[in-house]
Amino acid sequence: MNVHEYQGKEILRRYGVATPRGEPCFSVADADAAARRLGGKVWVVKAQIHAGGRGKGGGVKVAKSLDEVHDYASKILGMTLVTHQTGPQGRLVKRLLVEEGADIRKELYVGMVVDRSSQRVTLMASSEGGMEIEEVAARTPEKIHKVAIDPVAGLTDTQADEVARKIGIPAASIAQARQFMHGLYRAFVECDASLAEINPLILTGDGQVLALDAKLNFDDNALFRHPDIVAMRDLDEEDPAEVEASKFDLSYISLNGNIGCLVNGAGLAMATMDAIKLFGAEPANFLDVGGGATTQKVTEAFKLMLKNPAVKGILVNIFGGIMRCDTIAEGVIAAAKEVKLSVPLVVRMKGTNEDLGRQLLQASGLPIISAGTIAEAAQKIVAAVGGANKERAV
Amino acid sequence: MSILIDRNTRVITQGITGKTGAFHTRLCRDYANGKACFVAGVNPNKAGEDFEGIPIFGTVKEAKQRTGATVSVVYVPPPFAASAIDEAVDAELDLVICITEGVPVRDMIVTRHRMRDRKTLLVGPNCPGVITPDEIKIGIMPGHIHKKGRIGVVSRSGTLTYEAVGQLMELGLGQSTCVGIGGDPVNGLKHIDIMRMFNADPETDAVIMVGEIGGDDEETCARWIKEHMNKPVIGFIAGVTAPPGKRMGHAGAIISGGKGTAAEKLAVMEACGIKVTRNPADMGKLLKSVL
Repeated sequence: MNVHEYQGKEILRRYGVATPRGEPCFSVADADAAARRLGGKVWVVKAQIHAGGRGKGGGVKVAKSLDEVHDYASKILGMTLVTHQTGPQGRLVKRLLVEEGADIRKELYVGMVVDRSSQRVTLMASSEGGMEIEEVAARTPEKIHKVAIDPVAGLTDTQADEVARKIGIPAASIAQARQFMHGLYRAFVECDASLAEINPLILTGDGQVLALDAKLNFDDNALFRHPDIVAMRDLDEEDPAEVEASKFDLSYISLNGNIGCLVNGAGLAMATMDAIKLFGAEPANFLDVGGGATTQKVTEAFKLMLKNPAVKGILVNIFGGIMRCDTIAEGVIAAAKEVKLSVPLVVRMKGTNEDLGRQLLQASGLPIISAGTIAEAAQKIVAAVGGANKERAV
Repeated sequence: MSILIDRNTRVITQGITGKTGAFHTRLCRDYANGKACFVAGVNPNKAGEDFEGIPIFGTVKEAKQRTGATVSVVYVPPPFAASAIDEAVDAELDLVICITEGVPVRDMIVTRHRMRDRKTLLVGPNCPGVITPDEIKIGIMPGHIHKKGRIGVVSRSGTLTYEAVGQLMELGLGQSTCVGIGGDPVNGLKHIDIMRMFNADPETDAVIMVGEIGGDDEETCARWIKEHMNKPVIGFIAGVTAPPGKRMGHAGAIISGGKGTAAEKLAVMEACGIKVTRNPADMGKLLKSVL
């Protein structure tokens, strides 16, 4: 789960991580009032969307008067912000963060992730703040410093100080940086974060260490421990189809193609999408119905896929293990009837009672195209929607 | 022979009385030598009772002492799964297979740290389990689609493993052992660990390695194969079409920071001399071609 920058900063402040003072705003009037309350001479008006690259897209502006705060807030609220992470359709800005301006002496980077190989939380830091860390990693890997943190001992003072020195924090600010990194680590662990990025972390003219931006992602599997974080979820920032799917315990992701896929199991679902691409078309979605592919779940899955106007055909690929293929066939038939399916449907079932399942599909009188292998299923659905049908070099 | 488990393995089921645990314990008990293999269950509140004839003990330690079991399978719900693994590790079992899906990553980091320098191996969490066909199955895979043979299968996903097995069966190829290592970012045995075991197993002739996007386990394994493996390995990686930054079902199946793409994995595997296919329907055929 993701949260907005202002929510991330709110969480970090609870752990002693210093940030500029600021307030979330939902209207221009909010922004005016927030700027007055914050005082000072410089403010930053920042669009709050769950995507990076907001500055380049025109979603972050420095205001030098209350009038400018007003102007920028009017422009940014309600704008469709396009960044390299939003896709070409962009994202409608509904929330702002108005912050006091900061006197930036240096822009640095601090992040935390779970490293799979060491199976530890890893602190990453760099003197190159404000840029995409992937770019820094690709061009100047020596400028990224990594520390794998022992889960029992936690981040030690020595580790924190060493990293701070390596990224160019002056001696006078080392103690502040140490507190910052300890706070970040505690927030990461105690809130079950999966990613934390402070980019940039800044050193101010008077030697303060502040999080100028904050990106936090949380482990979905641990949200049951954090009702306060769940309450920060902003459904406007999520794909409505994905939100709808989660209500039925379906794992769904929208993609750009025209072939809907319904599969049991995440790995098999990805493989099915790959087969569609291999035979020249693109999948419209990832959809894992999970182990219990019941009639109700299959019906909801069909409805969900068909809400996407781009879908020109559906491929169902089920490996019947414990769940028998005849049961699944009944579910598919009932679902197809209920949604009055009007696009081509290819069904590939494999495993327990597959012959019986196929007979049921045939006897249903529905125009269901049967297939024996994943490849055959992909070829047939690609042909049915009028796409390419030639296997590319394998 | 086989790897990890065989007909002589004795198993403790942690979470035997829950809905999932009960359902799958029945299927495991009814498979091949299962009746002799599944000797104990654990539930602190039901110690002294039994589950359809399988005695229930209060702790893993007691279950081990009383039955001689050396392996456990975990079905307990996600919030308690990591402590269930800890208990099995403290009881010094040889192997724990954690089926539970949805275990918090933070819990697994601590559990894996506790497991350092301990003898217990872990498969999972979030995995279908391990099967040595016609001898024993521990987990949720459909037993009857398998048969005994000489092909090893290792995979991060469930149904895609069954798919690979199904393709082998159509070509008349049985399996020595099939291991689902699970789709979570912090887990126990990885591709490379299972590959080492298959390499050392005199009854495995070749291996299908099924991977997916996320992390670099497949690359690490591929490099090891190049240097050490004396048996043919073929590979498939799911997720060529997966967009970056999106979690594709499994918690670990995500391309992040430009790393963990299927293309990258396939390239490394090919460079290490592993035959790979981009067609998920061709795993069986490709394996047969290298025998």
